[in-house]
Amino acid sequence: MSGEVPLWEVFIRPRNGLAHKHVGSLHATDEVMALQAARDVYTRRGEGNSIWVVPSKAITASDPDQAGENFEPGEKIYRHPTFYEIPDEVGHM
Amino acid sequence: MALFDALLELADDHLVLGHRVSEWCGHAPMLEEDLAMPNMALDVIGTARNLYDYAGKVEGKGRDEDDLAYLRGEREYRNLLLVERPNEDFAHTMLRQLYFAAFMHPYWTAALESPDETVRGIAGKAVKEMAYHIRHTGEWVIRLGDGTEESARRMRDAVTALAIYVDELFEEGAGEGLDALPDRAALRPEWEATIKRIFDEAGLEQVTSPFPQSGGRDGRHGEGLGHMLAEMQSVHRAHPGATW
Amino acid sequence: MYSQGLIGADGRSDETPEFLAAFQARVDAEEKIEPNDDMPEGYRRTLVRQIGQHAHSEIVGMLPEGNWITRAPSLRRKAALLAKVQDEGGHGLYLYSAAETLGVTREQMTEELLDGRAKYSSIFNYPTLSWADIGTIGWLVDGAAIMNQIPLCRCSYGPYARAMIRVCKEESFHQRQGYEIVMKLAQGTPEQKAMAQDALNRWWWPSIMMFGPHDADSQHSDQSMAWKIKRFTNDELRQKFIDATVPQAEYLGLTLPDPDLKWNEEKGGYDHGPINWDEFWSVVKGHGPMARDRIKARRKAWDDGAWVREAALAHAEKRKVRREAAPLAAE
Repeated sequence: MSGEVPLWEVFIRPRNGLAHKHVGSLHATDEVMALQAARDVYTRRGEGNSIWVVPSKAITASDPDQAGENFEPGEKIYRHPTFYEIPDEVGHM
Repeated sequence: MALFDALLELADDHLVLGHRVSEWCGHAPMLEEDLAMPNMALDVIGTARNLYDYAGKVEGKGRDEDDLAYLRGEREYRNLLLVERPNEDFAHTMLRQLYFAAFMHPYWTAALESPDETVRGIAGKAVKEMAYHIRHTGEWVIRLGDGTEESARRMRDAVTALAIYVDELFEEGAGEGLDALPDRAALRPEWEATIKRIFDEAGLEQVTSPFPQSGGRDGRHGEGLGHMLAEMQSVHRAHPGATW
Repeated sequence: MYSQGLIGADGRSDETPEFLAAFQARVDAEEKIEPNDDMPEGYRRTLVRQIGQHAHSEIVGMLPEGNWITRAPSLRRKAALLAKVQDEGGHGLYLYSAAETLGVTREQMTEELLDGRAKYSSIFNYPTLSWADIGTIGWLVDGAAIMNQIPLCRCSYGPYARAMIRVCKEESFHQRQGYEIVMKLAQGTPEQKAMAQDALNRWWWPSIMMFGPHDADSQHSDQSMAWKIKRFTNDELRQKFIDATVPQAEYLGLTLPDPDLKWNEEKGGYDHGPINWDEFWSVVKGHGPMARDRIKARRKAWDDGAWVREAALAHAEKRKVRREAAPLAAE
């Protein structure tokens, strides 16, 4: 055949109030078929009430080699509430 | 016994169609469709089971779903000729399912108003399933009709081949005049509208056959149904009275 | 079943000792490896092969059971079997997706299956000859698969582990539906009971063989264990399976076809008779009774479906062109 059927990433929201979560991927020729396939493949046991499909090639991922410079400096202790001392008498804050 | 007969007609439609679709399992054009087709088969087999179960209770002779499904021969089966048509290719299979679902969706919608509580219950579940079948098979009919030259030719062949079985959908059968079940003939405009909407997008023309076929309701079937039932019933009939 | 995926796997790597040691340290710390992470080429190659063969096993596995969907003896059984075979297709799909994160496409893997380069579990090269086979496959073959698959939920490769968690969750009904079928037969008419015993006689040894060669003869096991692609050895899993299955057969009043099978107090498990490895290797190498038919059926589905996939791709292209042309037309 002339071309390969593109890959899509599937995200499902288990129920209202929760965020869509990545559940896997599938192949489909367009977005309508991808949604239907996601319904048939990934919601056979009542896994959710909303589906997103995204072409896999549309996703830009961070480089794992840059994980150190990306994520480790983010750990600043003064961003956490326990860094600050508040007397008990003040009550919950 | 008009209600029993009418329920049996409906049940046979669903079981025979579900059986045909299940024949695809493991042989679909792509893996995603190997998941989609069993979903459709399971939907209609589930409805068939509910209908047989209710028919058995209405009849009151102690026959259960399996007695009704496995111990009647082809002359006793009342299904539409459309649903027993062999799978042929993916185009035929999708179109057959679309024709059936485009009829059953308005049928079950009307049945939601039935004075019969069990019928309303069955309709409530089936109406959503049929809406999805229309969508899924409709999208495929559009892609095949407006895909490649080969797919368009196969789709046109399917339209021609199945045209003679369309009128039978709207024949009243045993349910005629029953309050519990909707009139069938009245549903034709909605069926036509659904098919037209999809065919317009698919670049397909509806074909009206001057020689429509019917007879399924009287047990006058094509030759394929006997083979289908022989296969389906073989294990059950080889062990009379056994439980599974 | 999946452990056979390792047969012929090449886990050698050319990376520097420092790189390999750093990778091994991550694995030893139970860190999951994710798709874009650096990994030894041998690790990647082993996974591609194993996940691919696991996926193929699920897909080919649809055929022997699918053989009885149209003959299931009750509507309840028909629905359950159809749902089960559908699940196998789904599991194949999840696994192909996991393999695709390693840079191989589903089409490539499919072609390898169809031209005989890729293997799949030998068990599916045996025929299903009666309704009892369907129950027995659910009970034994799915039972053996679960033994293999539960430890894989902790496999070091993230996407494989996640796929296996989904598979194991879904598969919990498969073995139970199989055992229930066999139980009904065992408690049924004399003909039904004979059918169940006959199926057990034919499927027992192939099920035992599913765990692959003895540890002493399993060449690539050590590296896979070190990389935590595999977490128990073939013999450990086989032993667990036998110990779990013997009482289940006793409950049914059926006899396992191994005269040497007996409880060994000292090791706290059952001893079993010698496995016919000639048969095993012959089936693995594609000489099982149904091997040609299985691949032929898969090839037919793939070839017959080509026009459908081509049509959908062509239509997608037309949609794209129309969508891009639409704003222009509106101006």
